[in-house]
Amino acid sequence: MDSAPAQTNRAHDEPGTTLLDNLGLDPAARAGYADHPPRMGFFTDTSVCIGCKACEVACKEWNAVPEDGLLLTGMSYDNTGDLSASTWRHVEFIEQTVPVGVDGGGEVRWLMASNVCKHCTEAACLDVCPTGALMRTEFGTVVVQDDICNGCGYCVSACPFGVIGRSETDGGAHKCTLCYDRLGDGLTPACAKACPTESIQFGPLDELRERAAQRVEDLHDAGRPEARLYGEDPADGIGGAGAMFLLLDDPEVYGLPPDPVVTTRDLPRMWRHAAVAACALVALVAVAAGRE
Amino acid sequence: MTAHAGRRRRGGGEKQMVPEADFRSYYGRPVVREAVWGPDIPSYLFLGGLAGASSTLAAGAHLTGHEELARAAKAGAAGAISMSMMALVHDLGRPARFINMLRVLKVTSPMSVGTWILSGYTPMALMAAASAVTGKLPRTGLAATLAAAALGPAVASYTSVLLGDTAAPAWHDAHRELPFIFIGSASTAAGGLGMVAVRPEQAGQAARLAVLGATAEIIAKTLMMRRLGAAAEPYRQGQAGKLMDAADLLMAAGTTGAALGSRSRLAAPLAGTALMAASALTRFGIFAAGRASARDPKYTVRPQRERLQHGRDGT
Repeated sequence: MDSAPAQTNRAHDEPGTTLLDNLGLDPAARAGYADHPPRMGFFTDTSVCIGCKACEVACKEWNAVPEDGLLLTGMSYDNTGDLSASTWRHVEFIEQTVPVGVDGGGEVRWLMASNVCKHCTEAACLDVCPTGALMRTEFGTVVVQDDICNGCGYCVSACPFGVIGRSETDGGAHKCTLCYDRLGDGLTPACAKACPTESIQFGPLDELRERAAQRVEDLHDAGRPEARLYGEDPADGIGGAGAMFLLLDDPEVYGLPPDPVVTTRDLPRMWRHAAVAACALVALVAVAAGRE
Repeated sequence: MTAHAGRRRRGGGEKQMVPEADFRSYYGRPVVREAVWGPDIPSYLFLGGLAGASSTLAAGAHLTGHEELARAAKAGAAGAISMSMMALVHDLGRPARFINMLRVLKVTSPMSVGTWILSGYTPMALMAAASAVTGKLPRTGLAATLAAAALGPAVASYTSVLLGDTAAPAWHDAHRELPFIFIGSASTAAGGLGMVAVRPEQAGQAARLAVLGATAEIIAKTLMMRRLGAAAEPYRQGQAGKLMDAADLLMAAGTTGAALGSRSRLAAPLAGTALMAASALTRFGIFAAGRASARDPKYTVRPQRERLQHGRDGT
């Protein structure tokens, strides 16, 4: 790839990249913001999460997200269940028995993680939204405009992470806004502000990526080889997440898809197949009508 | 006894009859979210297909001088598309804001493209039917008939992209064959309607279209199941499996009836009814399969794990 001569012809581009590729890493520019602030995001370092759920509470308080049932799920200390229209931060509790020492004994380890919308570079929800209610902000985040959403529910089925939901109460789709209203005033999103251990870190995505890489290296040096990043790679199936994670086990253990790919990458092929099929329908009718 | 059930359910650490690849999840919770759409949507898939293929059938019948069939197909298309629109609006979380669909045209959103196709198609289908039924404005009627016939196949096929362009594994994985299943199913329904609505001696084109459509649908479905392999499981199991099986049975009965009894006043309408029902059951079956595949995390996690091991482009 890097050595393809056709691609290096572009004078002002880095070798191996096209103008579109460069724009692709900058979703705000691609959305038409000529002059915009740096892309902002989250880095959720689950290795220091203590499961206090302050993020869940702060999110609900700030965004006035309605209460959605006080039920016991039987899933450790997680009585929230999942991300939904009424849950934009979700703290997960995973209890595992891990081997300790050489005698084959085990002890319980707890994994705790605060899940959130990934604010994908290639966002399926935004792509499939038929009204334009879902939009890209100047910060590169993805936000639902509640006054436009007509509750078609397409985004719900398109999200590869099962993040966005449709409210039973008001019929509209809702999800994390990365506190768009706070960002505009230079404030930190409510969840990151409330996090007592800096498990949730907020900042320009470039900085967060560096910080995340450093953190995972430190953990490896400290004898935690299981530490790995999730959503940090712009070459992944969603063009990289605006909200990345440091995990201590496979993504699916946290309910995250191990290799999500935005569904719209296959859309050109889908349209081609549908066009051929439409022609095939005409042919069937022609055959049916022509045999007399 | 639990071993058998365990094999069909999610592959936890229990003893299994057939060993399955390991997969882990968060308390067995879904990774992707199940569609929030209700029965309105599979109904729409059926009615939209019925309308689109009926319009094309109507033009064929019109141009070959089969007035009776043309009139019935036009009226059927108009009725079906009207019910479609009601189903679509009814399924919205905020029906009063349906009009917001027309704020933008986005090629990345099959629902947006579909809305615009429907916006062009629906008035044509209604005009064609009005002219055919009243006998007024024959030239306008012919123009509308041709326009509806041109847009009808798009109405019948775009809905496959609507389902394919989601994260529901059974829908997305089937995106290659789904358009052909859908136009086959649409033809089956439109042909079936023609067989019900007009006298058998006038319904020859409808019967032939139904048989051709059923054949196309069966071929596309078989190809899809074969290509998907293990990923076709949601189409075979549970409610979806029952619906798909029932569709196959009715389609076999209807096709036989259409082929052998197309001259019979009793057999032809019965066969037509069976074919329409088969088309509807196929849509409900595919709809149920997509929902089931979203509900069980193994359909999301396992293929992605395999992809990580074998590289992303190795489809």
